[in-house]
Amino acid sequence: MPVPILKQGGVLIVSVQAALTDNDLVALRDDLAEKVGRFRSHGVVIDVSALDVMDSFATRTLRGIAETTALRGAKTVVVGIQPDVAFSMTLLGLTLDGVATALDLDEGMDLLAAPIRRRGDDGA
Amino acid sequence: MEHEEVRIRIDRDSDIVTARVAGRELASRIGFAGSDLTIIATAISEIARNIVLYAKHGEMALAPSRQSGRRGILVIGRDCGPGIPDIEQAMRDGFSTGKSLGLGLPGAKRLMDEFEIASEVGRGTTITMRKWLR
Repeated sequence: MPVPILKQGGVLIVSVQAALTDNDLVALRDDLAEKVGRFRSHGVVIDVSALDVMDSFATRTLRGIAETTALRGAKTVVVGIQPDVAFSMTLLGLTLDGVATALDLDEGMDLLAAPIRRRGDDGA
Repeated sequence: MEHEEVRIRIDRDSDIVTARVAGRELASRIGFAGSDLTIIATAISEIARNIVLYAKHGEMALAPSRQSGRRGILVIGRDCGPGIPDIEQAMRDGFSTGKSLGLGLPGAKRLMDEFEIASEVGRGTTITMRKWLR
């Protein structure tokens, strides 16, 4: 089940669903790397609020997405990690080192809007 | 409630999702709530993924558990895969043969109250975990 990617200005927005499989996540990483180039995006927001589990694979793949898009010139923000999920990630010893996080979609968009105003062609 | 065991074949990555959804449902019926549901689902996810990654095929069995007045959930992951040559090493944080972060087994142990691992090289691995209601 492919994860839909929405484009809003210079930002790509992804809302992942609860039944996300490992292959869906890997496909999302590849898809985002391609779309960041095609749409000349400077930011990616990944909303994981529907996810009831973030295990070691999901965490590693999200980190991979952030690193891949960073190399393509876009910053990734992961938003909406649920309190129970955050707690169980901590127990597991999982971190999202090097990945920006924000409480929700709005905060994530703010985070991306604030410091970056490059590629002056987006008219913002 | 005592006999409702759930078994899920684990052959591909989508079965990992099926197993953790079933685990969350059963845990909720047993009486778990809140973060315990997430913790149990996450532990199931880690063990089921290990089966897909290393053994290819296996099974997760989930059941209510009762022991000296305590109630909880029993989670068993079984496979007939290659087995784990060095369990002590596999249980160390950060040890991985390259397919993962190396947090799956030690992580699942931290998430659950009881964790046992039995493995024989060439025969397979059985992981038995329990979480008790508080």
